[in-house]
Amino acid sequence: MKRFITLTVLLLAASPVILASEQTPVDSGATAWMLTSTALVLLMVPGLAMFYGGLVRSKNVLGTVMHSFAAMGIITVLWMAVGYAMSFGTNVLGGFFGWNKDYFLLKGIDSNILEAGVPEYVFTMFQGKFAIITPALIAGAFAERISFKAYCFFIALWSLLVYNPLCHWVWASDGFLYNLGAKGAIDFAGGTVVHISAGVSGLVAALFLGSRRGYPYQVIRPNNLVITMLGAGLLWVGWFGFNAGSSISSGLSTAQALTATQIAAASGALTWIVIEGFHQGKATALGFASGILAGLVAVTPAAGVVQPYGALFIGISASILCYLAIQVKNRLGYDDSLDAFGIHGIGGIAGALLLTFFIRPSWMSEAAEVSSSGSWSVWNQLGVQALAVGVAIAYAAVMTLVILYLLNKVVKIKSDDQDEMAGLDRSYHGERGYGMVNPS
Amino acid sequence: MKLITAIIREVQLDKVREALIESGINRITVSLVSGNGRQRVEEMYRGLTIVPDLIPKIRIEIAVNDESVETAVQTILKAARTNGPEGSSGDGKIFIIPLEECIRIRTGEKGPSAI
Repeated sequence: MKRFITLTVLLLAASPVILASEQTPVDSGATAWMLTSTALVLLMVPGLAMFYGGLVRSKNVLGTVMHSFAAMGIITVLWMAVGYAMSFGTNVLGGFFGWNKDYFLLKGIDSNILEAGVPEYVFTMFQGKFAIITPALIAGAFAERISFKAYCFFIALWSLLVYNPLCHWVWASDGFLYNLGAKGAIDFAGGTVVHISAGVSGLVAALFLGSRRGYPYQVIRPNNLVITMLGAGLLWVGWFGFNAGSSISSGLSTAQALTATQIAAASGALTWIVIEGFHQGKATALGFASGILAGLVAVTPAAGVVQPYGALFIGISASILCYLAIQVKNRLGYDDSLDAFGIHGIGGIAGALLLTFFIRPSWMSEAAEVSSSGSWSVWNQLGVQALAVGVAIAYAAVMTLVILYLLNKVVKIKSDDQDEMAGLDRSYHGERGYGMVNPS
Repeated sequence: MKLITAIIREVQLDKVREALIESGINRITVSLVSGNGRQRVEEMYRGLTIVPDLIPKIRIEIAVNDESVETAVQTILKAARTNGPEGSSGDGKIFIIPLEECIRIRTGEKGPSAI
């Protein structure tokens, strides 16, 4: 792998000489880091497959793992065909999404170098990995009870109708949330686009489909927490690509994002087991993993603008809020099976709002300079953040409900009782995850 | 007292278990076993049709008092059959053997009341 990257970097470093003179030269340092980040974000998808896969019953392990893997296939193809054009093209239909005919099937970007000195292909693939992991996150909300065929159609439609427009609004240079307020709504690496949208959609889907058979009276135990822990570890490692890669450079801002990421993950994990220790008397492995994720999710929108003490606070608060959210879920009794909303929804919302209070002073003074009134306060920015969060929640919720309602007319989304009792592995894949393991 | 051992299909486990609980029998032991019977299953493996040597099955063990034997057997018969009431090859078997003694470990209590 290392040799492959080195080779790629050498080739890219050599290419500007051959390419036309008016082109921006390739910044080999930035490109090398972006290639690494792209690979790291892809690593999060099998990480997520392991995290979710270990948490379900043994009869559903492969079906659950396949939810993540299927996303790699379906979304990559959609992304190269239209997703990149819809997300990063110029405004069409009043800015509802973007379009650029050069991006259709990635036909016209063969020799493009972005201003950051990174070939556009790298940026396309990097962003494509975000598009893959987002619908895969939703799968946690309706684990163990969805037909595989319906899932495939659902994530394809969701990616086109929810992810691409949101991504355009938040990250495209002419997106309306990108241009809100003085310096735009802050979403460094996908708090609103990835986590809030996936979490809220998961909640809507869990409510729409109803709970699993026997939930909550029948105990539904994880089949293999070791796999879950390894998955959480891979997610943590991959998150450095997710956050630090979102600087689209290899320099100071990359280092700032990387530091914030590490600190929030650690403080989130630590906080979770401390709460558990007081509340239940025992610190669980699953609790530690949940805390890692809560911290990482919350720091995702914030990584580019907060200093280490801010990341520490965000990680701690995210764990407290997500822990409370899961207690509330248990009281209310809806079946968000693997807590997609409890972690990603709540963590994402917490991060997007809390980050406002920890923005580094240099960012605020830049915002004041470009603002029309010449000043920009924390409260101004909080309003912008709240609006972006509100838009993401409302849009994701309504659109997901529409997709589910219409799709359900064509393909039955929820597994029938027979399939659910037999398990997703046997019913939809004709395979078994393990050999002779006792049923759980 | 009798010991009922039922060998059933893996996929019928939830249905049988839920039916047993419904009819008041909720003390059961379940394990995954494999064996040969009359059933011949063909599975797809890497694009080839294969017939596995040993077929995975579920074994349910239930210790019951004499008056509950019929309820347990009828419940299992009804819930473990596939392909409608006529059933199909591979639905499994029920074995009933006399149970000499039953002792509750917690109290040392013996006989029918310990079941």
